[in-house]
Parts: sequence; C-alpha cells; structure tokens
Amino acid sequence: MWIYEKKLQYPVRVSKCDPHLAKLLIEQYGGADGELAAALRYLNQRYTVPDKVIGVLNDIGTEEFAHLEMIATMVYKLTKDATPEQIEAAGLAPHYADHDKALFYHNAAGVPFTATYIQAKGDPIADLYEDIAAEEKARATYQWLIDLTDDPDIKDSLKFLREREVVHSLRFRECVEILKEEQDSKKIF
Amino acid sequence: MHKQLPEEYYKLLHDLQAVDFVLVELNLYLDTHPDDKNAVEQYNHYAHKKQLLKRDFEQQFGPLQGFGNSYSRYPFDWKEAPWPWQV
Repeated sequence: MWIYEKKLQYPVRVSKCDPHLAKLLIEQYGGADGELAAALRYLNQRYTVPDKVIGVLNDIGTEEFAHLEMIATMVYKLTKDATPEQIEAAGLAPHYADHDKALFYHNAAGVPFTATYIQAKGDPIADLYEDIAAEEKARATYQWLIDLTDDPDIKDSLKFLREREVVHSLRFRECVEILKEEQDSKKIF
Repeated sequence: MHKQLPEEYYKLLHDLQAVDFVLVELNLYLDTHPDDKNAVEQYNHYAHKKQLLKRDFEQQFGPLQGFGNSYSRYPFDWKEAPWPWQV
C-alpha cells in the first residue's frame, strides 16, 4: 500500500498569477512524457520484471507521484486567482468551459491522457529502455518549460524536477547493466 | 482557505524536506548498489534523523501521515496541518 505524507517533495513557490504558464506546465501532468504516465508505467511494469530491478521501478514510480503533486501545485497556484478574462487571454477558455479551474489530465494542447502513452512489454530490456527514454523525454520537456518562463520560483522547482529525471535515467541504465551481468553469469556456469 | 502559518512551519518543513531528499536519493542508489556499506549507514543515520524531525513538526503542526503512521490529538487532527498545495 502507499502512505501519503502531507508535504511536497520540494517547495513550490509561485511569484504571480500566470494561467498561460499553467497551460504549458499541464504537459507534465497529463502529457505523454508527464509524471502521471511515468508513475503508471513503472508501477505497472514492476510486477513482471526480474527481482533485482523491482525495487527501482517501485521506488521511482512512487517518487513520480510526488512529482505529479508538485506539478499540480504549480498549476493550482498559478490559476487560483485568475479571472475568467485572464483565463481566456491565456488560451484556457476551452479548458475553463469544461473544468472551470479544476485540473484535468491532458497535455498542453488539451489532448486527454491515454494509456497508449505507456507500454509494458513483458521483456525487461525492452521495458527498461522505454523507461530510460521516458526519463530523457521528460528531462527535455522540463528544459523547454524552463526556457519558456521567467518566473524564478517556478524555474527553481522545474530545475529540481529536471535533475530528478537525470537521476532516474541513471538508475534505469544501471538496471540494464545488472540484468546483462546476470545474463552473462548464467552463460558461464 | 487556511490560517496564516508561522515562519517556524516553513523552517521545519524545509529541514524535513532536506532530510527526506537525502533518503530518497540513498534509497534509489541502494536499490542498484545494495552492497555499499557506507551508504547503508548513511541511510540509517538519516532515517533516524527523519523520525526526530517528523516528531518535532507534528507536535506543532499536526500529523504528516494518516492511517496510523502518526498519532492524533482529540478531536482527530489529520486535517489540521494545511494541504501541501495550500502553503
């Protein structure tokens, strides 16, 4: 089971109301390379990977939910004081028409989340290479988002998330090496 | 939506986040390096530190965890500390 802890993994501060930035950040909430996709991908793959790498998938999958909460907090804080006029000027009127200021799992272009963003192949190397790619794509997305904002507080939180993708990618690469080593030792004996 | 929080809330929260970050990093590292004795010692050291910080925080601002992982005052005070997106 999971135990919820009533705090963010890393502080999220917001300098000003900015629904346009929120519209971009939602990419990492319900987008193809976002935190929801990451969490669901790893926690689903963990059942059928070799014992030696279950822990990594379990624990990174869990951390992704903490990142999802950070993104949600950014979006919430950036939009909570926005007027309908500001929402419309930010291009969020179609979102507002359906959801008011509620968050929803879609990407920056409004495309709703789909399970087709993720895969579970039942082949550990195939799954781990997908996971490495997912982390690198998420890292790139965070870089594009950092480039798109001048809010120093949001930049700080996004940089933290970008660095986490780097660490996750490294851990998944180590998993590949661990499985290769195991495979090689079987051939020798 | 929520009461004004004292400076102490943010300070204790920050200390806890710092220790918890060390623990997340060590946990992921140890998942792929289980034989690193020094890292296991660090992990246990910070696990203990986390418990002390968690207790300090909870005495002032209410439970951080539900489902019996934190104690409650009467009436049930799980809702007392603000939710993370409200601070």
